[in-house]
Amino acid sequence: MSSLLNLPAAELVTRLAAGDVTSAALTEECLAAISQRDSSVRAFLNVDVERSLAQARSIDARRAAGESIGILQGLPIAVKDLICEEGVSCTCASRMLENYISPYSAHVIERLRAAGAVLVGRANMDEFAMGSSGENSAFQVTANPWDLERTPGGSSSGSAAAVAGRLTPMSLGSDTGGSIRQPASLCGVVGLKPTYGRVSRYGLVAFASSLDQIGPFASDVHGAALLLEAMAGHDPRDSTSVDRPVPSYTNSLNEPLKGLRIGVAREHFAEGLDDEVAEVVRRALDVYRSLGAELIDIELPHSKYAVAVYYLIAPSEASSNLARYEGIHYGHRTEKAGSLADLYARSRGEAFGTEVKRRIMLGVYALSSGYYDQYYVKALKVRRLIRNDFDAAFAKVDVIAGPVTPSTAFKLGERTSDPMAMYLSDIYTIPANLAGIPGISIPAGLSPSGLPVGLQLQAAPFAEETLLRAARMFEAATDHHRLIPPMARS
Amino acid sequence: MSYDVIIGLEVHVQLQTVSKIFCGCSTAFNPDQPNVQTCPVCLGLPGALPVLNAEAFRLAVKTALALNCQIAGFTKWDRKQYFYPDLPKGYQISQYDLPFSHDGHVDVVTEADGGAVRRVRILRAHLEEDAGKNMHDESGRGRDSLVDLNRAGTPLVEIVTHPDLRSAEEARLFLQDLRLLLTDIGVSDCNMQEGSLRCDANVNLHVHQPDGSKVATPIVEVKNINSFRFTEQAILHEVERQWELYQKTKQTIKDAPKSTRGFDPARGVTYAMREKEEAADYRYFPDPDLVPVTVTDEQIATLRGELGELPAARRARYRDQYQLSAYDAGVIIDQGREYSRYFEVVAEGCGDGKQAANWLTQDVQRELNERGLTIATFPVPADVLADLLKRVTNKQLTIKAAREVFGALLEGEETATTARIEAIVAERGLAIVQDDGAIDAAIADVIARNPKPVADFKAGKQQAAGALIGQVMRAVKGADPQQVRERLIAKLSE
Repeated sequence: MSSLLNLPAAELVTRLAAGDVTSAALTEECLAAISQRDSSVRAFLNVDVERSLAQARSIDARRAAGESIGILQGLPIAVKDLICEEGVSCTCASRMLENYISPYSAHVIERLRAAGAVLVGRANMDEFAMGSSGENSAFQVTANPWDLERTPGGSSSGSAAAVAGRLTPMSLGSDTGGSIRQPASLCGVVGLKPTYGRVSRYGLVAFASSLDQIGPFASDVHGAALLLEAMAGHDPRDSTSVDRPVPSYTNSLNEPLKGLRIGVAREHFAEGLDDEVAEVVRRALDVYRSLGAELIDIELPHSKYAVAVYYLIAPSEASSNLARYEGIHYGHRTEKAGSLADLYARSRGEAFGTEVKRRIMLGVYALSSGYYDQYYVKALKVRRLIRNDFDAAFAKVDVIAGPVTPSTAFKLGERTSDPMAMYLSDIYTIPANLAGIPGISIPAGLSPSGLPVGLQLQAAPFAEETLLRAARMFEAATDHHRLIPPMARS
Repeated sequence: MSYDVIIGLEVHVQLQTVSKIFCGCSTAFNPDQPNVQTCPVCLGLPGALPVLNAEAFRLAVKTALALNCQIAGFTKWDRKQYFYPDLPKGYQISQYDLPFSHDGHVDVVTEADGGAVRRVRILRAHLEEDAGKNMHDESGRGRDSLVDLNRAGTPLVEIVTHPDLRSAEEARLFLQDLRLLLTDIGVSDCNMQEGSLRCDANVNLHVHQPDGSKVATPIVEVKNINSFRFTEQAILHEVERQWELYQKTKQTIKDAPKSTRGFDPARGVTYAMREKEEAADYRYFPDPDLVPVTVTDEQIATLRGELGELPAARRARYRDQYQLSAYDAGVIIDQGREYSRYFEVVAEGCGDGKQAANWLTQDVQRELNERGLTIATFPVPADVLADLLKRVTNKQLTIKAAREVFGALLEGEETATTARIEAIVAERGLAIVQDDGAIDAAIADVIARNPKPVADFKAGKQQAAGALIGQVMRAVKGADPQQVRERLIAKLSE
């Protein structure tokens, strides 16, 4: 029997809407796949079988009664474990919140439920979204379905692996410096980081507030467009959410862009990029050329500062955002405290992992009196220059194409003792977060060693429609998105 | 040797919004039910985000305008970071380098009859969120401390003055003026028992040297004083303490950093608070969850227009327009804007501001106190009281009769009306008899029947008239005693 889970999202939605497949049947198939394969992928921290089946049956009942279901039509979705859902645990893959249950739902959760999603479970991640391999999870290490000894990338490790391993058709992740696009690339799925302000952050546990965005994972561009459409839009509870109409991304998706101008930045092909990744990306550019797109050389001269700027701004914000986890109001509290200061120090010391502590220390240092101007303020200035680079580029081109991450999936354990090497995984993805622009990773083929390589497209603020159409042009002309990891083939 | 006392104040004022500054929770004072006025935002739960309450910002700008401050066209929010159990996010959302207002002043009248005025410059006023409240076990049995977050997120304006105050009394007068100003424009109830107004005082001395120069003593900040009287006491004690210390140690501002002290009202003394090992570093940085606020000149003009007449201007007007003493004007204006409006209706309606002021400051005030009412719920409307007092100015009623009517109006179940005044006057025969003939006849009769007192009066014994007036008054019910006295004396002096 050919699994429903091997079908692209668009087809699943059509079948669900037509009543050819019930949400309950599809959800059961997801649950079965999870019980068969997740012991080796370890994408999920928590799967609520009864609850997701109840949601699916309720959707089926409503459909049977002639009620209209939202655009997701009963599709099962995995949620990164840092997006709050009422009554559901939200651990952020941290000991700190191991027993924390959110009393309220994030804006995106309300939107997805209203759009007819079935929320099957909570996806693993790097603790508080800090990491590029998933190995900073306090609970388990997720494997890449293409090679179980390798990383799925991070921080949205479980969300990417769940889709790549055909455990759920779609998932939600969050992207602060590449945490959707990098794992999407390493797992051979589509992952999109929207424009900052396009999707409400209300209910997304903050890592770095000025950089965080929630975004979709799917096996194809249509799925990503569908999920974005379901959750994008203004939310008065998030002051940084932008009040701007949301186009129907799926409607225009299959219209090719005539005279598409693609920017190619020299900086994206400089030292540090693996040859086998460079080769796949160059072939992808050739595909676009063959589709009639014009390739234009552009410059992003300040992108070389992006990693440095990011590792000042993100830890600074994180050091502040994570101050609330102190053992008093909720979360882990030490059993050994004497004084109040001791209670804080021990509770945090016991419950935060090494990488989280490292970034808190970096941030506290960068914001300290005497260093603030030198580090934080200077980083903000360079951040502006990086944005200016993109503004100048998008005056000439519609999208920028390039690599997502310098290498294919590396081996688990390979970089855990070398934070700098780990940080450089995000060298091509960080600038979009700093500039607030949208970016997408789409499957561009396999490396000679059989591992997925992603192509990154970036567009101007709020140009998700262009971004998705450009991505779909490539996808329609290639078969890379149909590649399924051997372990998930049925 | 002598010295000058140098005082600067930092005052925290809670704004009277319905909901908190960054969420929709109620700001009501509710210490008996801890943590019920909370939500994910003010509890600082993971994922929750603040959204600015526009009303809080509006009231803050009105506050600053009343303090003659400049309003910034662009202002932003910063996080002040420190750990404390009453601060659920690990930071307070406040304003650091770009406060919404700066550079204002308040003129404090420092002598009762408006003689001397001290201009107190305002350095800045900024908007921030209040913290919750920690409650420590005071039984000595080492029970848990408790945290109540009902107050967390209440909007606060912090007002920082220059060190322009020169005595403890001036500091108290400044705070009283500030409370009057802010309650009058309706931005805060300034209820000190409920913590709506709290004060820190920075105090030091400038000691005069033999060569004419001055030497400053180290600055001491006395924190969290919650009454005007305590502020005055704390400063007085601090001045005394610093002066003694200076004489002993000759320590100056260069020898010691600023220190922090608390005030113990029971003993009337300040005491050293535990110093942190190193200066606190709050690591201020712009809050990325909030967007900056821009304010246009039009918005400022609108809010300025809403301020209306401020107490100082009203005090001057009452003096000029109604010939009130500074004291009487002060008593009325201190009761707030509604009370002042009531006064003005009565004063205009009866045509005698002084009489209206007497009634307001005595009769009305007494009844309000006894009945536990406010002027808004007082059963005698201003136009009705005006009608009553007009009858006194028109010599239709004596003051005594007017008091009787006033009392009768208050006994009624319903709101008093002028028709009711009419009825009471008629029922009780309180109207002044204007019939000169009847009065003169009674006077002639009384003179005729009382030769002894008449002779006494004529011999120069003025008091003798009293008994005669009383008899005339009994004979002509409702006669005006003033009129009777005048006519009787005229007759006796013939």
